[in-house]
Amino acid sequence: MSTQALETQHSHGGAAHGSVKEYVIGLLLSIALTALPFASLMFELFTGPVTLMIILLCAVAQIFVQLIFFLHMNSSSEQLWNTTSAVFIVLIVAILVVGSIWIMEHLNHNMLMGH
Amino acid sequence: MAATHHDALIETHHDHDHDHHDSGGDTVFGFWIYIMSDCILFATLFATYAVLSTSFAGQITPKELFDLNFVLGETALLLLSSFTFGMAMLYANKKQMKGMIIWLSITFLLGSAFLVMEVYEFYHFSNEGATPQTSAYWSAFYALIATHGLHVFAGLIWMLVLFAHFKRDGINEDNLVRLACLSLFWHFLDVIWICVFSVVYLMGVM
Repeated sequence: MSTQALETQHSHGGAAHGSVKEYVIGLLLSIALTALPFASLMFELFTGPVTLMIILLCAVAQIFVQLIFFLHMNSSSEQLWNTTSAVFIVLIVAILVVGSIWIMEHLNHNMLMGH
Repeated sequence: MAATHHDALIETHHDHDHDHHDSGGDTVFGFWIYIMSDCILFATLFATYAVLSTSFAGQITPKELFDLNFVLGETALLLLSSFTFGMAMLYANKKQMKGMIIWLSITFLLGSAFLVMEVYEFYHFSNEGATPQTSAYWSAFYALIATHGLHVFAGLIWMLVLFAHFKRDGINEDNLVRLACLSLFWHFLDVIWICVFSVVYLMGVM
């Protein structure tokens, strides 16, 4: 393996180093994915539900952009445990957030609405 | 440290740089696990915020206070600081001290500016009658935003400590591992901020 390849691909426990190009692409994509939801809300470009979808989709997309271009996550075997733990945490976070909202919605519904 | 262990590893990992000890990789991976657990802390705060997102107790609402231009400014600072930290990492890996220090200093300034904006925002909101005591909503808001702010503050302190380390020892293996950990931490804070501006600020003014 060449020295060049070592510089860009060597990893610290799965944390690869990346390149200028990668960071610039990541930055540009992040700016676009930030500008879109802000613009659609500030200039009222779309109706409410559409704007909400844009906000949520752009947020998820930008998280992936940063994980891939800034944190250099990928599916290589070197990063297996980083990725495995991340997937596990996504599951825990989903259970925590969705579960809390779900339970409290039902609680509110049953306590306050009297149905 | 653990030189024989390291030598044994070189046998099996030919593509590993010889300057790097495996203990560094373990440290960074351990720090990654810490960051994953930090995600759970923020998840609980986000869940609390979501549950209390309409509990205004008849008091002032976020819609009356949030200024999207201001939030856009905060977002730009944090996003740019994430990018400049990446550039600092590239220079550090190329063992170029000067470039690394310059980019890390820019990162520090951007992070500080973000924190100043956030503290000003808290001060402004409090003056307008939205303190943590005002309603359940504002308690959840301050708990979530301030926890993120405290993380940024911790990151800035850590950066100052690293400046001292680099000044004393130069770019060596230990310092590179420390910088790699801080870079994970800093990018992670930016990812959390994406959730904050989307869920709290953008959805808050809808």
